Amino acid sequence: MTLARALRRPLAGAALAWLWLALLVPVAMAQVAVPPLVGHVTDQTGTLSAAQQAALEQTLSAFEARKGSQLAVLLVPTTAPEDIEQYALRVAEQWKLGRAKVDDGAILVVAKNDRTLRLEVGYGLEGALSDITSKRIVSDTIVPRFKQGDYFGGIDAGVAQIIRVIDGEPLPPPQRAAANPFDQVRHMAPFLMVAALVVGGVLRSALGKLPGSLLTGLLVGAVAWFLIGAVLWAALAGLAAVVATLLGGSAVLRGVGGLAGGGRGGFGGGGFLGGGGGFGGGGASGRW
Amino acid sequence: MRKLLASLGVFLALALSGCGYNSLQSSDEQIKASWSEVLNQYQRRADLVPNLVSTVKGEAKFEQDTLTKVVDARARATSIQATPELVNDPAAFQRFQQAQGQLSGALSRLLVVAENYPNLKANQAFRDLQAQLEGTENRITVARNRYIKAVQEYNVTVRSFPTNLTAMAFGMKQKANFTVENEKEISKPPAVSFDAAPAAPGAAK
Repeated sequence: MTLARALRRPLAGAALAWLWLALLVPVAMAQVAVPPLVGHVTDQTGTLSAAQQAALEQTLSAFEARKGSQLAVLLVPTTAPEDIEQYALRVAEQWKLGRAKVDDGAILVVAKNDRTLRLEVGYGLEGALSDITSKRIVSDTIVPRFKQGDYFGGIDAGVAQIIRVIDGEPLPPPQRAAANPFDQVRHMAPFLMVAALVVGGVLRSALGKLPGSLLTGLLVGAVAWFLIGAVLWAALAGLAAVVATLLGGSAVLRGVGGLAGGGRGGFGGGGFLGGGGGFGGGGASGRW
Repeated sequence: MRKLLASLGVFLALALSGCGYNSLQSSDEQIKASWSEVLNQYQRRADLVPNLVSTVKGEAKFEQDTLTKVVDARARATSIQATPELVNDPAAFQRFQQAQGQLSGALSRLLVVAENYPNLKANQAFRDLQAQLEGTENRITVARNRYIKAVQEYNVTVRSFPTNLTAMAFGMKQKANFTVENEKEISKPPAVSFDAAPAAPGAAK
C-alpha cells in the first residue's frame, strides 16, 4: 500500500509536469495553423455565404478538370505573427497544389482582419502569372472591390482573371492525378516481397533447400542494403528471406496476401488533393 | 575490455543507422542546389536595378544621394564573384552577404523615398518594376530560408554520431549559414521622437 502510494506520487507529479508543458508549448510557438485541404475554397472567417462558396468551388474545380491547374482560395482572420508572405508560403508548401513537375498551382490567401492578401504562384505558372501580372490582378481587380467591402466580388473577379491568364499558357493536358511517390513505394513493397519469394522458390528447387535459401538471403540482403543503407536491417531482411524460403514460400505468401487485402480500402474518399506542385515565393501581395 | 566495448558500440551504431555517406552526399548536393537558387535570385535582382535606376532618373529632382547609393551597392554586390565554392569560404561568404545586404538596404530606402514622388508612383513602368522587385525580394527570402534549412540538415549530419566519423574520414566540414546582416542595428532600441520634423524613412525594414 505504502509502496503503491510512493510510486504513484512521482508519477502524478510527472504527469502534471507533462500536462503543463503540453499547455505551454503551443503558446510559445503560436503560428496560425494551416487548415487541412478539403476543397478549392476554405473560408475560416464566415465571409462567404454557402452559395458563394459553392459557386467558386464550381468554377475552380471545372477549371481544374479542363486545364489541370489547381487553384485555391483561403480566407483566414489573421496571419499574425507572420507576414502574409510567410504564411502563404507555408500554406503552399503544405497543400502542394499543382501537378508534380508541372508545378501549376496558385493560392489566393486573404487575411481579412489584417487587410492583406497574397496571390502565391507555383513555379510552373510564374511565366503566365508573373509578378507584374499578379500585382495588377491584386491591386487593380481585387483590392478596389475589397475596399468597398465586396469580398465575394473581389475574389470572384480575381479568380476569373487568373483563370483567363492561365488559359493563355500552354500546359500539359489534364490527367488523372498520379499517385505520389510514397504510395508508389508502398504499393511496390508487396510485389518486391512476392518477387523475393518467387526467386527463392526457383533457387530452392534449382540448388536445393539450404543453398537456395542462403543465396536468396544474400540477394535480399544486398537489395535491402541498397535501399535502406543500414547493415543490420539488411541482415535482418536477408535472414527473414532465408527463413521464408526454407519454410516454403506459399504459406508466407498466403499470410501476406490476407494482410495486404485487409489493409486496403480505408484510404481515398474522393477529396481534393494537392498534386505535389512546388512553390518558390512567386506572386504578389497587396493591402486594402 | 573498454576498447572492445567502444568498438562494439561504434559497430552497432554503424550497423543500425548506416555510415551516412550517402546522406552526407545528398545533403551536400541539396545545399549546392539551394545555393544556386539563392544566387539566381540575387542575380535577378541585380538585373532589375539598371531599369529601376533609369526609370527613377526620369523623375527630375529625385534625391541623387539615394540613387547613387543603389548604383554603388549594386556595383559592389556584382563585383564579388559568386561561385558555388563561396559556401566553403566563411570570409568570402560573409563579404558576399554584406554586399547583398547593403543593396537590400539601398533598394528599400529608394522605394520608401519614391513614396514622396506622386508622378513616380503613378508611372506604370515604375509600378511594374516595384512589383518585380518586391517579388524578387520575396523569392530571395524563400531561397535563403531553404538554403538555411539545407545547411542545417547537413551540419547536423556532420556533427552527429556516427556520421561525424564518416564526415571526418572524407574531410567534410560544417558549412557557413546566413545570419542577420544588421545584428547591431536590430539590437539597438529604435529612437522614437515626436518632433514636427518627419522621421528619416527607411532606417529599418
